[in-house]
Amino acid sequence: MDEGRISRHGSGARLWLAGGWLLLASLAAIFAPLIAPQNPLAQDLMFERLPPFWMSGAEPGFWLGTDSLGRDLLSRLIFGARIALIVAFAAALAACLIGSTLGLIAGYFGGWADRIISRIVDVWMAFPPVLFAILLVAVLGTGLSSVIIAIAVIDWTRFCRVIRAETMGQARMDYVENARIAGYGRIGIMLREVLPNVVPSIVALLSLEMGIAVIVEAILSFVNLSISTDDPTWGGIIAEGRLSIHQAWWVLVFPLVTLILTVLSFSQFGEGLKARFDPVLR
Amino acid sequence: MNATRPCLDIQSLSAVLPNGARVLRSVSLSVQPGEVRALVGESGAGKTMIGKAVLGVLPPSVRVVEGDMLLEGEDLGRLQPKARRTLIGARTALIPQDPLTALNPSRRIGPQMTDRLVRILGWSGPRADARIRQLLDAVQIRDPDRVLKCYSHELSGGMRQRVLIAAAFAAEPRLIVADEPTTALDVTVQKQILRLIAQLQREHGTAILFVTHDLGVVAKISQKVSVLYAGKVVEETETAALFAAPQHPYTRALMAATPRYTDPFASLKPVDEAVLAGLASEIAAADQAWRRPHG
Repeated sequence: MDEGRISRHGSGARLWLAGGWLLLASLAAIFAPLIAPQNPLAQDLMFERLPPFWMSGAEPGFWLGTDSLGRDLLSRLIFGARIALIVAFAAALAACLIGSTLGLIAGYFGGWADRIISRIVDVWMAFPPVLFAILLVAVLGTGLSSVIIAIAVIDWTRFCRVIRAETMGQARMDYVENARIAGYGRIGIMLREVLPNVVPSIVALLSLEMGIAVIVEAILSFVNLSISTDDPTWGGIIAEGRLSIHQAWWVLVFPLVTLILTVLSFSQFGEGLKARFDPVLR
Repeated sequence: MNATRPCLDIQSLSAVLPNGARVLRSVSLSVQPGEVRALVGESGAGKTMIGKAVLGVLPPSVRVVEGDMLLEGEDLGRLQPKARRTLIGARTALIPQDPLTALNPSRRIGPQMTDRLVRILGWSGPRADARIRQLLDAVQIRDPDRVLKCYSHELSGGMRQRVLIAAAFAAEPRLIVADEPTTALDVTVQKQILRLIAQLQREHGTAILFVTHDLGVVAKISQKVSVLYAGKVVEETETAALFAAPQHPYTRALMAATPRYTDPFASLKPVDEAVLAGLASEIAAADQAWRRPHG
């Protein structure tokens, strides 16, 4: 009893911290033009490589300093959050929809459906994901929608495998057999009896996948394959920061910290949600 | 032959595994309306398979190769799958072995119980609700309001089994398959659950196919009994007659192997080797005879 209480409190703190950071990032992304202290694209060579506010030589209004072209780092991070989060939500949702549907079908119906879907997943997972993403974007052309499609096309397998295994476990339970005896149809049982029992896993995976989508988007923009180079992206800022690491470390460090916190928050938020909504764990 | 039409009539049912091994060997048995027929045998004897075959939920790897199953005169093998599902759903129910996994963990007990009455049998919501409460009362659940709002993991094993018994009787089935309903429960609860099943069975006049490995349970609850070994019925008779004068050597050996609680220090006796050897040759001969016409 006590152990349950402790782990519940643990998951509560985790849920609130991770959720708080994600809320902050989302608000920053939505209201970027209102919040950002400077124009993220405005260059000013008088203000190049200004340090963050606590160091000597900092200028008021440039809280996290500027890059080698004199652009305000905080504003660029705030605008970068827009692209990062749009990609995170859209790509993860698309991957979740494709992967969970196929996983549910493979796990519940088994037989040929399972064999075909599982083989496709095996082949899919044999491709190195980052190279696959770069290849896809190269073919589709750069742009926000290409990045989203590329991530969904690559990462649906993650959902498919987990949901298939979970569904197989649930489908063997006696309550499914009981529903069969009572006269429910197979599709009805899959959606009404089995699906609610795999939803906690879907939610946890969805949140995890959003973090992964943020990373993949950063990788693509790091190699300049995400969206047009004008718009600030976290990966793009990291790429620029790498070039001036000896003169202005903050241009590399702040986007990295932002990225890590966001990805970590997504995964912890998912785990926390699962612990909260799973009726058996609760 | 009995004058009344049997509720369940199984005629020489055989089922095989993909490798050709027979799991059911020309099983014949019938359950009259309102009668409790016990199906007794050791693990792997095919007791549960018979129940699953009747309810149409055999594992996909097990194939019925011979025999008929008549549910209230309707030949299940001749019906279209959809019609068969509807018939089985309306006239039968299962009291499962493991009350832990037989309830959906993500749905509250109330909706789970009424859903079947409303969605499958087309009852109105209030009627289904009233019916469920009536049956929860019959299985001696004193606080139905709380239980109906619970998730299954919030109930004890005995409470879950009561809920499942209530659910099984709710739609007034003609036949209930009770698959070792007390095995997963502790001994004190077993007794209460058995008594509840027997009481509801008498009140509702439901026929029960009662699968068990426990001869003590057979004696308490059933009127007729079929003894099963390796998928073959070796003896079938009235329960009283079975205990008075077991005919088949396996039945006698099984009775001798039953532990006596009056002498807790006596060592457990396995079934006699010579009896099993005799059974093995009996079954081999039967399989030989069966294979000839069936190729």
